[in-house]
Amino acid sequence: MHSIKEAVLTGIHFIDGDVACAEGAIAAGCRFSAGYPITPSTEVVERLAVRFPMVGGMFVQMEDELASSIAIIGAAWGGVKAMTVSSGPGISLMQEHIGLAVITETPTVWINVQRCGPSTGLPTLPAQGDMMQAQWGSHGDYPTLALCPNSPQEAFDLTIRAFNLAERYRTPVLVLLDEAVGHMLEKVVIPDADDIEVDARRFTDKPPSEYKPYECSEGSMVPDLAPVGQGYYFHVTGLTHDERGYPIMTADTQVDMMHRLMNKIDLEDVTDVRESEVDDCEVLVVSYGITSRVAERAILDARRQGLRVGHLRLVTVWPFPEQIVRDRATQDSVQRVVVPEMNLGQMVREVERTVAGARPVRLVGHPGGAVHDPNVILEAILEETS
Amino acid sequence: MSPRKTQALQAVPVNSPMEDWLRMDRMPHIWCPGCGIGTAVNAFVRAVEKTGIPREKIAVVSGIGCTGRVAGYLKLDSFHTTHGRAIPFAIGLKLANPELHVVVFSGDGDLIAIGGNHFIHAARRNVNITVICVNNFTYGMTGGQVAPTSPKFSMATTTPYGSLEAPFNLAHLADSSGASYVARYTTYHVRPLANTIKQALSKNGFSFVEVLSPCPTLFGRRNRLGDGLDIMRIFKEKSIRRDGLSTDAATVDLKNGPIIVGRFKDQPREAFLDVYNDAMTKALGKDRFRPYGPVTMRNPKGDGDGDGGR
Repeated sequence: MHSIKEAVLTGIHFIDGDVACAEGAIAAGCRFSAGYPITPSTEVVERLAVRFPMVGGMFVQMEDELASSIAIIGAAWGGVKAMTVSSGPGISLMQEHIGLAVITETPTVWINVQRCGPSTGLPTLPAQGDMMQAQWGSHGDYPTLALCPNSPQEAFDLTIRAFNLAERYRTPVLVLLDEAVGHMLEKVVIPDADDIEVDARRFTDKPPSEYKPYECSEGSMVPDLAPVGQGYYFHVTGLTHDERGYPIMTADTQVDMMHRLMNKIDLEDVTDVRESEVDDCEVLVVSYGITSRVAERAILDARRQGLRVGHLRLVTVWPFPEQIVRDRATQDSVQRVVVPEMNLGQMVREVERTVAGARPVRLVGHPGGAVHDPNVILEAILEETS
Repeated sequence: MSPRKTQALQAVPVNSPMEDWLRMDRMPHIWCPGCGIGTAVNAFVRAVEKTGIPREKIAVVSGIGCTGRVAGYLKLDSFHTTHGRAIPFAIGLKLANPELHVVVFSGDGDLIAIGGNHFIHAARRNVNITVICVNNFTYGMTGGQVAPTSPKFSMATTTPYGSLEAPFNLAHLADSSGASYVARYTTYHVRPLANTIKQALSKNGFSFVEVLSPCPTLFGRRNRLGDGLDIMRIFKEKSIRRDGLSTDAATVDLKNGPIIVGRFKDQPREAFLDVYNDAMTKALGKDRFRPYGPVTMRNPKGDGDGDGGR
């Protein structure tokens, strides 16, 4: 299925990552958004507020992030593709409802334009400090799907992908921009609507008498949705529930429900890692988001000095692409792994856990407020560990 | 066993008119003897039957707490959400699917304490939803803690020496925040309550019905009000009906009375979606604005134009 012609701004644009993200949402079929103003993500919803009325959508500015983050869940059950947008403190407030979207299996998209924390931090400056929060921010165990664009073009492309994955797996999908990508003006090519693949909502074929909200068809771990208002009389709850959607307060039900939730995402389908000159590399750089572009400069400089440096860029950051990172980091040629990130050590823990001591892993951290000086990354790449 | 004997051993089924509306496979419910929530549910169902709204077009949204369990027992499209957030969920649901009649059914702690911000803004925004608040003056599910509705100096587990705070007058709060329709009854007033809920469901805009209810297990016991029946007697004897009374005068005094009930406000004003469609048509013109109206994912199979007909 494809995007809608009259809704898509096909052409070549010079826009920032926030605006590109909003256009990606519209191209993906999003028609409802609720949000609350917060720097540096506000431009996303400002764009939606202008554009939605022209394409049959609606943006509502709610009273806070708690309201915004559950209004989109309500809208999704109302039958519309929906997303919310925030940053820093707002994302912290939304955590409970990410959990609600997980347990009720509500397809929704959550845009986080990251800024510096903790607390109010540096509202107008970039950071990548919410990477672990993306996986662990809401209470309990749950699978997270998170994508990390490094340019306005990718903000457009990955927002569409986020909506498609949300529908495919009936789960919240996070898009983790940062202030630098959000406010960076670059060329963005918006293709013809016919060239934009869009996953439609998957509704059940069963009549109400046979339908169970959390029962999967054979060969799938993702249940079909029922349309609201059509006599299915389904129940949705944030409590642990059985196939009927009824709350059942037992350990057995918890085990069954969690087993399916934790295993329903096809890792191969969702994983997106970009490799550059990783065959025979001596040093492997693992990066993501805006930092990958800074690292690219350092990598080119190191290669000029004769070092074979490979680059793994994580576009899907959660679920963490363990297999690829492990295979690449432990190939014979690799002597060490370097992980630059705009925080004081978050995804590096996943790299360390995955490499499990087989190679030295070096963090190049930065507390945020500015991107790295590429020379700092270069030094780390060149520095031999004993 | 002879057929006669089998019959004798089996309980004689008695069909309640409510059964068709309830998820009977979820019974027994969790509510205590003497609790008023079931009565409120009864009144709601009677109201719905009288409105003639097609059953499948009603969606119920609850938050957390004893009344938060209402959604789970009603055989309707139903949503049991997070603590305090039933109203913004309902707003999202309604705006995504305007042909639904969205009813929030939840308790005083859920809607007015943790959810108080959403309550006042929803009344102000005037999205066309109905909020039914069962007010039992306490937190039942968690064991009887003080609520923003607990009378001053009343006893609760977290105010073992008495509550020091003045309670909200919920009707006045809803009214002054902009609700189109505001009413209050107790679970003693079964028929007027059902009629009032019916009226609320037919109003365009934010309608609010407060239902005072006994919680004999926690609030009643700690405050020596007696059992469920005794509290119903208080509701019966101390209630005065004052339709159209200014909500600031519509007070509740359980101890000395009066408990003022009635339909206090019925002043429809343009609901959010009507304002939206009018304003956008003016701002953008008919050519550019795509009106926002009933959609119901016109294309539930998703094999057409894919944006739900918009």
